[in-house]
Amino acid sequence: MSQVTTGEQRSIFSLFNFIAFIVLGLGIYLTYLRFTGGLAAVTNLSDYNPWGLWISFDLLCGVALAAGGYVTSASVYLFGMKKYHSAVRPAILTAFLGYALVFLAINYDVGRPWRLPYPLLVQQGTTSVLFEVGLCVATYLTILFIEFSPAAMEWLGLKKARNLVVKLTILLTIFGVVLSTMHQSSLGSLFLIAPSKLHPLWYSSYIPIYFFVTSIIAGLSMVILESTLSHRFFAYKMDETHLKEANDITFGFGKAASYVLAGYFAVKVMGISSGNNWHYLKTEYGTWYLVELLGFVALPSFLYAMGVRIKSLGLIRWTSVLAVLGVILNRFNVCLVAFNWQLPPDERYFPRWTEIGISIFIVMIGLVLYRFIVTRMPILYEHPDYKDAH
Amino acid sequence: MHQVFYTLQDFMTHTESVTYLLVIATLVGMTLFWLFLTGKDED
Repeated sequence: MSQVTTGEQRSIFSLFNFIAFIVLGLGIYLTYLRFTGGLAAVTNLSDYNPWGLWISFDLLCGVALAAGGYVTSASVYLFGMKKYHSAVRPAILTAFLGYALVFLAINYDVGRPWRLPYPLLVQQGTTSVLFEVGLCVATYLTILFIEFSPAAMEWLGLKKARNLVVKLTILLTIFGVVLSTMHQSSLGSLFLIAPSKLHPLWYSSYIPIYFFVTSIIAGLSMVILESTLSHRFFAYKMDETHLKEANDITFGFGKAASYVLAGYFAVKVMGISSGNNWHYLKTEYGTWYLVELLGFVALPSFLYAMGVRIKSLGLIRWTSVLAVLGVILNRFNVCLVAFNWQLPPDERYFPRWTEIGISIFIVMIGLVLYRFIVTRMPILYEHPDYKDAH
Repeated sequence: MHQVFYTLQDFMTHTESVTYLLVIATLVGMTLFWLFLTGKDED
């Protein structure tokens, strides 16, 4: 029998709360500046560089790192890998919060956020990739909310509604996989329109495939990383099932991530070949490209494989950090570093501290919400009334 | 070395040839990597 411990009552004067208080306070002030002074008051965005840190980090990285939701639920509910079941709820929660924060970040980034519903309700740009991304993200956020809702309903004691939603699990998972496949790749497709702006080493007609495959890598690695952090900070909330399955999840997802990374490495090399871009590898951009490809794709693939072979949980967990950083680096490279690479240095974009501050503010909102939910709802343990009900 | 191509056909012939060789290397490499990855599985 698994037993859920409630944990001791913790003081609100903790280090995390102190940092959260400062970051949230600063973020509210920056939000005030953003919505009273406009984009120019807090960003270095320009006509040359309309997409800055908020798109590259909050949106591109946010969506990729939230891929754990569809990767895990597909593994468990579509491919029948029931031994990873305890990873589903934390992954769905992370995905839900990730997409919700992407939506929040978009409100900061677009000039007139009150017009966000226009493409859906007023003037559909059905030939635009961005329209598809927007539609998919909006729909998938709704799906994730429904997928997450049974945990909240169990917490609130809404038994009938919870049982109804659980019956939709397979349908929701299929929707989630289809929508994720579409918009994860379409985020890469956005750059297909700018072959002259994106450096040839990063530009490729395969870029939608790159984005989709890296989202799988990010999803798998984020589940490992999140499981590691949950064990570190919320172990007192976990029941026996979660504690017992954690190692299997780490090894299984580490193995999958290793193989997907290897495949991604191969496709990237083919991308260089199909564009005959080998000569760029000798330039400064080429060196940076090799740092990304060898240091953040080939190396984590090998380290994951070694971790699986020698059964080292520590190695796999540290490698997940490297792999997640690799996906973030890739999105930064595509959206910032290698974008507008031919512009003179004084025209290049570098984020203002206020942009970085708002990004940290948004991440902090995610952390606070995650902690609030995990310490109250049955995310890391099964609710006593619904044991083995999955 | 940066090769100069005068026609699209020359370019495609060259890049596709190299890419096909890479595809074969990938198929072999991924198989070997899978054996390496699962070499110590206990089943």
